[in-house]
Amino acid sequence: MSAKLLEVRNVTRRFGGLVANSDVSLEVAKGEILGLIGPNGAGKSTLFNLIAGLYPPTRGNIVFAGRDITRLSAPARCALGIARTFQVVRSFDSMSVIENVVVGALMRHAGARQARYKALETLELTGLLARADGPAVELTPPEKRRLEIARALATEPELLLLDEALAGLTPSEAREGVELVRQIRDRGITIVMVEHVMEVVMPLVDRAVVLDLGKVLAQGLPNELVRDERVIEAYLGARHRAA
Amino acid sequence: MASRETASQGATATSSEPHIGLRATHQDIDHEASLIAFARRRHRQVAIAALAAVIFALLPLAIQDVYLQNILVLTLMYAALSQSWNILGGYCGQISLGHAIYFGIGAYMSTLLYTHAGVTPWVGMLAGGAFAALVALALGYPFFRLRGHYFTIATIVVAETGLLLVLNWDFAGGAQGVQIPYGPDSWAHLQFARDKLPYIYLALGLAVVSWLVTFVIEGSKWGYWWRAVKDNAEAAESLGVVVFRSKMAAAALSAFFTAVGGSFYAAFVSYIDPDSVMGFQFSLLIALPAVLGGIGTLWGPALGALVLIPMTELTRSYFGGSGSGIDLIIYGVLIMVIALARPEGLMSLFGGRPAARRGR
Repeated sequence: MSAKLLEVRNVTRRFGGLVANSDVSLEVAKGEILGLIGPNGAGKSTLFNLIAGLYPPTRGNIVFAGRDITRLSAPARCALGIARTFQVVRSFDSMSVIENVVVGALMRHAGARQARYKALETLELTGLLARADGPAVELTPPEKRRLEIARALATEPELLLLDEALAGLTPSEAREGVELVRQIRDRGITIVMVEHVMEVVMPLVDRAVVLDLGKVLAQGLPNELVRDERVIEAYLGARHRAA
Repeated sequence: MASRETASQGATATSSEPHIGLRATHQDIDHEASLIAFARRRHRQVAIAALAAVIFALLPLAIQDVYLQNILVLTLMYAALSQSWNILGGYCGQISLGHAIYFGIGAYMSTLLYTHAGVTPWVGMLAGGAFAALVALALGYPFFRLRGHYFTIATIVVAETGLLLVLNWDFAGGAQGVQIPYGPDSWAHLQFARDKLPYIYLALGLAVVSWLVTFVIEGSKWGYWWRAVKDNAEAAESLGVVVFRSKMAAAALSAFFTAVGGSFYAAFVSYIDPDSVMGFQFSLLIALPAVLGGIGTLWGPALGALVLIPMTELTRSYFGGSGSGIDLIIYGVLIMVIALARPEGLMSLFGGRPAARRGR
């Protein structure tokens, strides 16, 4: 396995009396696609937000590219090369599509012209170029998901965190989404994706971490995990056991 | 569907060369064309602004009536003030209903420096602007932790507190206010006893400068950051925007230009007292043109002021004499009619959704 890009070390996060993550540890290698899966309430979103810097962990450390980022703010993490999308899309609805992406591009390109150029390139990659000058609020739901990805990509991250980016898409839209994720990885960007749709995510990811009740239940290759009794028990359900 | 296919094929073709500009591909040329078109749209805005400025510079030469010239001064001044308010309220989305405090700081700073120390209002203006910016930062530090309506309520309370402080401040004339002593007409002292023309050009200058500042910012990093903060602060943070710092910068800039407008107003009316420069009505009058014209748009404040201020003055002069308040009723009804007909602001009259048109 190649070099570690991200390390989550013994992270615990409490919300009042609720322990959302308990002693979670995992590693993400440079260049891989890691799936973060688990049933509802498993603590996936919490862990995701801890990595993105929305809030700090109660205990434990998060290390990115050899640097402890546990206490860094979300913007500071973005500057280091971590970008994210949101499960519920959060486009800037008073702006046009390209302006949304320019906000991200300004991370590495202080000049407005260079940022706009970067935004155009990113829109092209994500298949939104034709919609560049239209208002973001008028995009279709799958287009909005692409916009989220475009905006995050425009910050030129090393690590891209995708929060259910493929949820709620039709099978053909999901296939296009999978293709986009592969293209992003082929550009050398490491990806951590939280996902529910197992059929989509298992062939796509190199490795997966299964969370259950706030703890790491299992981790490994997708084809090993789908045969893991504990995983089937916790998450995949009777259908997979039968298979 | 077809366009998406082509786009993703294009992306695959260039994905082996991540570095831009090694070789001019079709996409590079398209992108360049798109950038040029964008720059043209921006230039067109400047041309329109220049034309408007010329018209307003020539207008007072045609209008000799002092009453109408007075309206012109106020219209241009509120265009500038509301443009300044729009920076924080419109672009950054932090609705302040306490901008009277910055207006008052500007008015009092230049006036007190002038009457007590003989400092020219030009310097007083900058001093007032700088002090107002500092006050905005000091207030922003606790208040930008408040969200939405709570922030707005805090701004009202602070402005009212400021009003009370000045009312009880003897050095500043207390409730009596301060009279700027009459002297010969002078640009250095910004005093012109009969001639309105210099005030018109000063107010026009303020309006032009505040427009230009907004225009430049709209195309810069801060402009994008502020709008991102307004639309969704959490998403903005995930893209590297430091939300708190963005709000602070918007507040300081907005306060600075509002105070400069206050200094101008003091020189224009040459007598100030707490209620006439720091009353709550100023906070509303500063915000209203932007809200009416199109909040967070480049032209909204100017357009709003152009409709609102003459309307205010004319209803007052036609219906205000009776003392029955009928002028305010008519004024209120007119505002409601505009707000109902154009809830997104008058800018939406110029086609499409204002949000989609902004900055382009």
